[in-house]
Amino acid sequence: MSNDLSHLILGRLSWEAIPFHEPILLATFAMVVLGGLVVLAGLSKFRLWGPLWRDWICSIDHKKIGIMYIALGIVMLLRGFADALMMRAQQAVAFGDNAGFLPPHHYDQIFTAHGVIMIFFVAMPLVTGFMNYVVPLQIGARDVAFPFLNNFSFWMTAGGAGLVMMSLFVGEFARTGWLAYPPLSGLLGSPDVGVDYYLWSLQVAGIGTTLSGINLIATIIKMRAPGMTMMKMPVFTWTSLCTNVLIVATFPVLAAALALLTADRYLGTAFFTNDLGGNAMLYVNLIWIWGHPEVYILVLPVFGIFSEVVSTFSGKKLFGYASMVYATVVITILSYLVWLHHFFTMGSGASVNSFFGITTMIISIPTGAKIFNWLFTMYRGRIKFEVPMLWTIGFMVTFVIGGMTGVLLAVPAADFVLHNSLFLIAHFHNVIIGGVVFGIFAGINYWFPKAFGYRLDAFWGKVSFWCWLVGFWVAFTPLYVLGLMGITRRMNHFDDPSLQIWFQVAALGAVIIAAGIGAFLIQLVVSYLRREQLRDVTGDVWGGRTLEWSTASPPPDYNFAFTPIVHDNDAWFDMKARGHQRPLSGFKPIHMPKNTAAGFVIAMLATATGFALIWHMWLPVAALFAATVLAAIVHTFNYRRDFHIAAEAVARSEATRTAALAAA
Amino acid sequence: MSATTLTAGAAPVFYDSGDHHPQQGTLLGFWLYLMSDCLIFAVLFAVYAVLGRSYAAGPSGADLFDLPIVATNTALLLFSSITYGFAMIAMQHGKKNGVLAWLAITGLFGLGFLSLEITEFAHLIHEGAGPQRSAFLSSFFTLVGTHGLHVTFGTIWLVTLMVQVQKLGLIAENKRRLMCLSMFWHFLDVVWIGVFTFVYLMGVLP
Amino acid sequence: MSASTTHDHGHGHDDHGHHDDGGYHATIKGYVIGFLLSVVLTAIPFWLVMGRVLPSPRATAFVILAFAAVQMVVHMIYFLHMNAKVEGGWSMLALTFTVALVVIMLAGSIWVMYHLNTNMMPVVDPQVMRNMP
Repeated sequence: MSNDLSHLILGRLSWEAIPFHEPILLATFAMVVLGGLVVLAGLSKFRLWGPLWRDWICSIDHKKIGIMYIALGIVMLLRGFADALMMRAQQAVAFGDNAGFLPPHHYDQIFTAHGVIMIFFVAMPLVTGFMNYVVPLQIGARDVAFPFLNNFSFWMTAGGAGLVMMSLFVGEFARTGWLAYPPLSGLLGSPDVGVDYYLWSLQVAGIGTTLSGINLIATIIKMRAPGMTMMKMPVFTWTSLCTNVLIVATFPVLAAALALLTADRYLGTAFFTNDLGGNAMLYVNLIWIWGHPEVYILVLPVFGIFSEVVSTFSGKKLFGYASMVYATVVITILSYLVWLHHFFTMGSGASVNSFFGITTMIISIPTGAKIFNWLFTMYRGRIKFEVPMLWTIGFMVTFVIGGMTGVLLAVPAADFVLHNSLFLIAHFHNVIIGGVVFGIFAGINYWFPKAFGYRLDAFWGKVSFWCWLVGFWVAFTPLYVLGLMGITRRMNHFDDPSLQIWFQVAALGAVIIAAGIGAFLIQLVVSYLRREQLRDVTGDVWGGRTLEWSTASPPPDYNFAFTPIVHDNDAWFDMKARGHQRPLSGFKPIHMPKNTAAGFVIAMLATATGFALIWHMWLPVAALFAATVLAAIVHTFNYRRDFHIAAEAVARSEATRTAALAAA
Repeated sequence: MSATTLTAGAAPVFYDSGDHHPQQGTLLGFWLYLMSDCLIFAVLFAVYAVLGRSYAAGPSGADLFDLPIVATNTALLLFSSITYGFAMIAMQHGKKNGVLAWLAITGLFGLGFLSLEITEFAHLIHEGAGPQRSAFLSSFFTLVGTHGLHVTFGTIWLVTLMVQVQKLGLIAENKRRLMCLSMFWHFLDVVWIGVFTFVYLMGVLP
Repeated sequence: MSASTTHDHGHGHDDHGHHDDGGYHATIKGYVIGFLLSVVLTAIPFWLVMGRVLPSPRATAFVILAFAAVQMVVHMIYFLHMNAKVEGGWSMLALTFTVALVVIMLAGSIWVMYHLNTNMMPVVDPQVMRNMP
């Protein structure tokens, strides 16, 4: 009886789940524990527990949440990049008799985790963080439409990331690739917990992402400052709107597809099985209906970042605002018509392949229009080569080439040769690194002064940029060559020694990128140490054009003492040009939402439920799920979620700013 | 706050006087959530469309579906929609007890629907036609079951909201919540139209 | 920011309630008309199928799908009060976009899977397929 009970409570969790026999994992665990202890000790020593809980974990302020998203993304970048380094190292040495140091069982988990982490827990949190931080400021609002939901969304994303990280030390991760195709990911192909970690971490994070999408759409539609019509919104806000429309319209597809796979694994259904009428190809179809819009979710926000950066550092209004908007909307719609190009080779036949091949080519056109608009903005501008502008120029060259290899892959006949080869790997890294990563670094360097009140050190920023740019090309050009030669992806060992040199060059490229990441971390530290020299007191360090630059750096909790009234595009530029006078009196109390622990609590309960589901701990599943629902219901009984910042407090904060501006 | 229009020669006004209040986003936000839910159902319908005839030498819809029960369930859901509508009219007139009464009736219809559906599912499983039998049955149980899960959550929400209306009355926040539940409830009826047509009625056709 | 509750600070914001009723006004007549229409639009398909009224199953399927589409529109108008003015037209836009995506996903998946099944699944005869374990 007690055996049954312990089985109901512990499921398939046992001491065997801990990888005592894997030296790499044990070493990683030791480092994590050590690092964690240092952090905990630091928090205790500097008495930061209180502020950490009150001002950050419980915060419903979009600025703090945005910063937390970006911090999460950067931390997970280190994990995801460690995976990349290991893969490059393995592929550089594993030829002929040398089996390398990563057997397939381990190597397969690494490339799966690398993909899952980079897409879901690096790129998505980073772009979400930017949209969260910047959009309310750009539209003249004080927060997002649903501040509590914003906090909850962040903690769900963090919970999903936590589950993936736990798979390192308790159990193992999926070995299926980042999209977990059945039948390999079904019960027969992967009976262990790995795919379950994958499924539940993505479902938990996915809820957060979808809710965040709804939040930002409602914010942009309902909370714009008076006078800011849709066609007077900043371009970053436009791209954020379209991104969040994509999120709300496509993450449900992922949720459903993963739920069906989960049903196959947990309930024995026959959706994607080989027998009883199942059809594994259906999963591939569904997952890519999500997957293609997903890549536009990643890239549209950075297109918006580049638009802001280009116009600011060229000292000119963005060229072709209307066509930028139309191009973004067209991309949003067309992204739903191309998904089959991810599986041309699965056998749909000529008519289907041709249709999707043509739509894929068409979708490259609006992006091309954007590139021209950026170039025309720069033309005859007074260009300042600050770090964000360097990232932008690096993007324009790198991303365009990556896009062109995409158009090559869009030809089904060519894709039959190149599908799942290293050419494909090079292509998507080309556009994701050249596009998304470069854009994120541009955005970090651009908006860091706004968020923290001091600039990032330019020297280390440039070091980081050049290492990334050079490192990227050194790492991935060999992969283009190898792909054209026919080499397949996801291999942990090769027999042909003539290929080795290419892999060694690629490994060198990865090391150069690692130096770029190192330089970025150094940049953060050095900038903090030199912050007084890098201080900006004006709030408008670059001579910006949009409303976020009208606030102090960092902005006060309430963002704007008085809501701005907008008359034209580039609202802040317009205000500066026409002699606006910053109000110095007449402040009123400001209505603000309260911080709350509810989001964190509900999200952690949901994450724990996910963990219990992974290990088949049915009793804890029931209890934790009930607790999650109950916590949510209890939260709805809290009707007192807001307060007012007193007029005197606003006056004091504004007076501080007046003094700082006068001293500048 | 008509400072957005410039009179000729006047200096432009760049700051609001401090009375600006952003618009309420709850109803739009909830509608957007419903659209995302619609897409989940769309995927489940697509799966049913693809796998709905894969019987794996097992029973088909014609063998299993009891259309009179489906008709009863449809009626229960339709009645529950109109009773919720009456609750909303009572809310418009500020009649708290009317709201509570109509909500209770709606909830009872919902529970009726759920118990009929659970009975139907139990019977099918008992007959060996559970979700593991074939891809057709997997997609049937998942699509109809997901709809049933939504009705379940809607009923829990309805009871919670009844308690909250009882406690705090028809304050603005509760009215917003009632309107959101209204959208949710009617939306489930719209999905059910798809279910009884595409799954049950068409499933019975050869 | 949402979740603004009782505003008794004399700011005069209590009239926000009027902005929040979503731009519609429900009436008993509206609900009853919607209800009756739905009853008819439900009864006829059930009758067509249970009574095997039309000669071909394909025609029956086509007709009942059409009835379903019409009934969904009835629900949208009479129960969900959908019109182009709710939320400044954004509700309608969101609905249109969603419907377009639903059509793309349904049609696309059916088209793609039909071709994949035809080309890649081993057995050609649909009758044999139906009885395949």
